[in-house]
Amino acid sequence: MHVVEMTGITKRFGPVVANDQINFSLRQGEIQALLGENGAGKTTLMRILYGLYRCDEGEIRVRGQPANILSPRDAIKLGIGMVTQHFALVPPFTVAENVVMGFRDSLWLEGETIETDVLAAAERFGIQLDPGATVRYLSVGQKQRVEILKALYRNAQVLILDEPTAVLVPQEVEALFDILRKLKEEGISVVFISHKLNEVTEISDRVTVLRDGRVIATMDTPSTTPNQLARMMVGREAFGVTREGEKSSEKVVLRVENLCANDDQGIQVLKGVSFVVNAGEILGLAGVGGNGQKELAEVLCGVRQPSGGEVQVDQRDMSGSSAGEFTAAGIGRIPEDRYTGLIGSLTVAENTVLEHLNLFTRKGVLDKKAIRKHVEGLIDRFQIKARPADLTRTLSGGNLQKLLLARVLAYQPKVLIAPQPTRGLDVGATEYVHTQLLEQREAGAAVLLISEDLDEILALSDRIAVIYEGEIVGVLPGRAADVEKLGLMMSGMVKEKDNGASKVQN
Amino acid sequence: MVLPKFKIEKTGAPFWFRSLIPVFTLLITFVLTSGLILWGKVNPFQAYYYFLIAPLSSRVSFLEVLVKSTPLILTGISVTVAFTTGYYNIGAEGQLYAGALAAAWLGTVLGDLPVFVNIPIMLVGGFVAGMLWALLPAWLKVKWEVDEVVTTLLLNSVMMFLVSAILNGPWRDPASGWPQSPEIAISTQLPKLIPRSRLHFGFIIALVIVAVIWFVLTRTSFGLKLRAVGLGREGALFAGISTRQVMLIAALISGGIAGIAGYVEVAGIQYHLIGEISPGYGYTGIILATMGGLNAIGVMASAMFFGLIDTGAQTLSRALGVPVYLGEVTQATMLLVILGMFLLQGYRMRRAG
Repeated sequence: MHVVEMTGITKRFGPVVANDQINFSLRQGEIQALLGENGAGKTTLMRILYGLYRCDEGEIRVRGQPANILSPRDAIKLGIGMVTQHFALVPPFTVAENVVMGFRDSLWLEGETIETDVLAAAERFGIQLDPGATVRYLSVGQKQRVEILKALYRNAQVLILDEPTAVLVPQEVEALFDILRKLKEEGISVVFISHKLNEVTEISDRVTVLRDGRVIATMDTPSTTPNQLARMMVGREAFGVTREGEKSSEKVVLRVENLCANDDQGIQVLKGVSFVVNAGEILGLAGVGGNGQKELAEVLCGVRQPSGGEVQVDQRDMSGSSAGEFTAAGIGRIPEDRYTGLIGSLTVAENTVLEHLNLFTRKGVLDKKAIRKHVEGLIDRFQIKARPADLTRTLSGGNLQKLLLARVLAYQPKVLIAPQPTRGLDVGATEYVHTQLLEQREAGAAVLLISEDLDEILALSDRIAVIYEGEIVGVLPGRAADVEKLGLMMSGMVKEKDNGASKVQN
Repeated sequence: MVLPKFKIEKTGAPFWFRSLIPVFTLLITFVLTSGLILWGKVNPFQAYYYFLIAPLSSRVSFLEVLVKSTPLILTGISVTVAFTTGYYNIGAEGQLYAGALAAAWLGTVLGDLPVFVNIPIMLVGGFVAGMLWALLPAWLKVKWEVDEVVTTLLLNSVMMFLVSAILNGPWRDPASGWPQSPEIAISTQLPKLIPRSRLHFGFIIALVIVAVIWFVLTRTSFGLKLRAVGLGREGALFAGISTRQVMLIAALISGGIAGIAGYVEVAGIQYHLIGEISPGYGYTGIILATMGGLNAIGVMASAMFFGLIDTGAQTLSRALGVPVYLGEVTQATMLLVILGMFLLQGYRMRRAG
């Protein structure tokens, strides 16, 4: 008996076919993984099921009955719940209030009643949560549990999780998987959207692989291998790049000394960060998002003023320098958010020369010919799918990143700051970015790779530093690091400097 | 049973539609206002003839259209410079009066220099005055992120009271007792371009400023910086552009050009400062900058169209003996329709359910 049956689902966005005649079915009490690259159509398909999109063609049946799902409200009524990467929680409310909100119709919520109620529900599904806790103070993993509980409290029989592990540290992933196994016992069906092979093989009963909006196959997970799944996902054999050999240059190019900085709310988020990056090496900075990486990257890009400490490039203090002076000192920077780092309503050509305007200006007037020549050269060299006069906002994420790389690498930088350079990119574009970073390493640049993706950090870094709550909790040689060790350090459980002595998390 | 749902999508208007916008605008305005015009016992077709065509058919009224559009071109360009860089200067009105004050003062002290020596001095005087009046809000904005919409708007009232105080105090006309400044020296007045009309040299100044600003915004690296800051402040900052500096300069240039508008009205039309020298040119400049799509040439065209319907409203009431309000209502309706068309051309309605 299938709980959900989707047949012939087609969804177009303008000329793009996001879902092409997709058949998808979900059994009662199974965990089915939906595997595919970014843009393969996984999220689109599930958004259709949850009523966020309408399909152009196709039919949905829920428990055998044809279903006309026009909005999430309809989906919830049919017992379908979805947890996305962006939580829809009210931070000042308690866990219990967030869970019942919008479901119970009573005007007045009695704190204690709902708290016992919510606690009972949480215990039934093995979810550890304090119903009286204020959501604002919860960790990302706990917030995710609130979202899951919210869906279950609304009697969800089908739970859709959209890349639930993207925001979690390895230990939290294990806790999530325990919850999912418990839900399975309760007869609840789970759709687990992911592009991480090891997770899919670990948790799912069946797996459906999507590529370019089509179903490649649906299989029982035990009968597959990660390599087989990877092939189906990307449509070719080899993928991924790794660095070659160890290089030990002792020439320090970038030195960060006791750096402190505040976030936009004036709260100190960098508490005395110190590290060095040598010429010709990649230093990977690992850490769960929100531990000060964003602010660190902004300080190193010259767009945020530090509240203390020093940044040195070739022994020159850059304190108080503007972004322009950082560029002039040879620091190439890729913005963390490529959409605000480029100006969407300017053309590709204009964005490309923005960092080095003085080179393309004669007596204050733009030298359009020189700009065109320069930009056409870069488009060719970096294989950017765009024309110089295109508005930048029409470019795909991968091409935006190529454009940003081209802008920086056109003038061989001494230091390359790369915060989250592959976030949201598909496998092909990710590989491209990795290759470029490794080429910079070969060329002798000091590369700082800030990333939340441990596989990426492990594949590329000569040395790995871990940041937790605004402090560097340890630096490991790339060879000595593994996911387990980094995961513990990222969650603040272990400080490498303390020789493994555990630090109690408060 | 589900009712059909409609949703509004954002898409670019097809080209054929865009070129027909003026026609649609006219038709819609005509339909909306003809009832009112009929009520005034006037033939709507005739009314529209006087409104839009008559002003262009005689030499005198055509020149009057140019006279009317001169200050509008300048305030429109002033606002365009500020808005391009994302600085929402609502204070062109006050800055215009600052320039007018400076011109009225310089006009009484400069005296017997040749006309073409006085023009640049007065021009710079008006520019600097407008710039100074724009300085405080601009500085507050770049230093403390104080919302410029509020500060520039409030300073307009301050300027109106300041002008009123000066005109009713030290500058009150000793002969007539009217609240108006003494007449400026003949050598400081802007020469007429065409004898026996009101069209003066200020129109040429306005055209030159349009050309200069158009060139700066589209062809220079400073113009690219202005646009970059306006279209994506974070991206501009990231690329090493000093966004505060760029914004400050743009705000000051904007104030300066508004000041020049005040100068040309004093030295080209009134020859003395009066409290009513601007019927809201500074505010109209905001509409013009928007209508012209922040393109200097487009802003100039919008300003001239405004000059036309301004003149047309008066021609209409004079020719047909209807209250001048009827012309003004038609003018206002047309404006709203134009703005609506500009906004809605980017959308279309689709059945969603």
